[in-house]
Amino acid sequence: MSNAQDIEFGLDSFVPISVDASGRELSGDVVIRNTVEEAVLADAVGVDSFNIAEHYRKEMMDSAASIILATVAGRTKRIRLGTAVTVLSTQDPVRVYTEFATLDAVSNGRAQLIAGRGSLIESFPLFGFDLNDYEDLFEEKLDLLVRMLRDQPVTWSGKFRSPLTNQYLSPPLPKGHLPVWVGVGGNPQSVVRAARYGLPLMLAVIGGPPIRFLPLIELYKRALDKFGKPLQRIGMHSHGLVARTDQEAADIQWPHWAHVFENAAAERGWARPTMDRFQAEVDEGSLYLGSVETVATKIAWVIRLLGLSRFDLAYATGRVPHEQKMATIELYGREVIPRVRELLSDPAEEPAPRDQSPASANARSSSV
Amino acid sequence: MFSGEATERRLGIVGAGKAGTAFARAAVAAGYDVAISGSGPSDRIELIVEVLAPGARALTTDEVVAYAGVIVLAIPMHRFRQLRRDLFAGKILVDAMNYWDEIDGVDGPFATAPAGTSMLVQEWFPSARVVKSLNHLGYFKFEKSRRPRGTPGRIGMAAAGNDRSAVAAVLELIDILGFDAVDAGNLESGLALQPGGPIFGAGHSAKELSSLLSREAALLPAN
Repeated sequence: MSNAQDIEFGLDSFVPISVDASGRELSGDVVIRNTVEEAVLADAVGVDSFNIAEHYRKEMMDSAASIILATVAGRTKRIRLGTAVTVLSTQDPVRVYTEFATLDAVSNGRAQLIAGRGSLIESFPLFGFDLNDYEDLFEEKLDLLVRMLRDQPVTWSGKFRSPLTNQYLSPPLPKGHLPVWVGVGGNPQSVVRAARYGLPLMLAVIGGPPIRFLPLIELYKRALDKFGKPLQRIGMHSHGLVARTDQEAADIQWPHWAHVFENAAAERGWARPTMDRFQAEVDEGSLYLGSVETVATKIAWVIRLLGLSRFDLAYATGRVPHEQKMATIELYGREVIPRVRELLSDPAEEPAPRDQSPASANARSSSV
Repeated sequence: MFSGEATERRLGIVGAGKAGTAFARAAVAAGYDVAISGSGPSDRIELIVEVLAPGARALTTDEVVAYAGVIVLAIPMHRFRQLRRDLFAGKILVDAMNYWDEIDGVDGPFATAPAGTSMLVQEWFPSARVVKSLNHLGYFKFEKSRRPRGTPGRIGMAAAGNDRSAVAAVLELIDILGFDAVDAGNLESGLALQPGGPIFGAGHSAKELSSLLSREAALLPAN
């Protein structure tokens, strides 16, 4: 874990279609402009980064992150702007480089990327890629992207695009700009790959107890060591929502969470959502939901548990209205983040090494 | 955690992802000698196995198949047709795979598979003794739920297959791994264990599992 002041606290958005106060779905263009406002607010309230995902689905408007991020760049001065994640497997790394190097220029050095294979695969048929190349595509494209970032001109050849010979890419990037993280969902090969490239690791923990990721973190560290790479930063992305009280947060999120999982149950054969499962995710799983104190305590707990130096909150699941997202962002930036830093700076809060439950962390903080 | 009896037992696992390494950990803890493979040379997964499933040995897929009589297949569904069709000849092949259109792509035969995806696995590997099992709990729930025989509240795990002696061997494996074993009938009955069914992901007792299986069997068209 880094020093509490150096930990990066981000917000991640899928730019989901949301509803208005009357429950009516907003159109995609409105949702995109609302997301720009959410990012601008995040900057104003002290959030460290704002990151946009990549999907090609009717309920998500995040198919062109760099354009939204460039708009945010023009209206902010401080917040870092990135992706969570860029589905590199089905993108041209040269195009990714040119777009994000340009974003880095217009934002004065604030661009960052998380590259991943993507947990959903709708981009494969859309862009004409074969799912049988799932592994090879990511490997090859990450290799090219890293080379362009580390050493130009690039001479490179691969299976999936034309070779490059002594190629310079414009705009050039100052050294150390455009950090690239590797996003993983728990696949051990992906963890080892991130280590092989000496890139920082971003874990998507979208359900269940986060402690099950501890062995993967051990694997990552051992692999870095094996490949002779210095220790890298480790981050995590999970869902959540902040409100004035635990009850208010649950009341806001539950119907939309249930809606997302009702659809998944119908389409994909997942188990149907129940209030018990929702509450279990809040209590011991991967929903960071509740009052400022509840959410801050749980984030501080997981940062210590896994030794994280970055935590991204995928704020609000499903069609939660814009106004309630704005309220979450305001509380996250102004109150949760400072409180997490405070909890992490306090040596009295240091948990026992085998402490596995956020509830016990909670009990301790309320007794202090 | 608990150990199985001291007799020598071997288990092969093809697939060193989340599920494969979880099965390997569980089998090592239960006293099995475990060999596991990923795609390609074994040194690619050596570190993974050392950290995530210590005690198991990393081999190539051919070596894993030669190593044990019971092989668990735990790779993404869309990849099994990249394996040789005679690879598992004579072996008991535990099909632990599930079809997810969002991971495997929309694949007509998998998506419709009226008799279940394990029938397609059996068609691809005609000389393997395919048993559908270990697929209906998530890997985390699988590990967390293992209990010694006789523990109150022990969870059930079903196995379906046409080769009855292969099914019997898998039922024994299930028990040693830490679950009450339930014979789900022939391979087609494995349809009831797939995502979208009432059993998948739930963690029922053996009794509940049996009654759900007979209810599902009553819904199948007679053949």
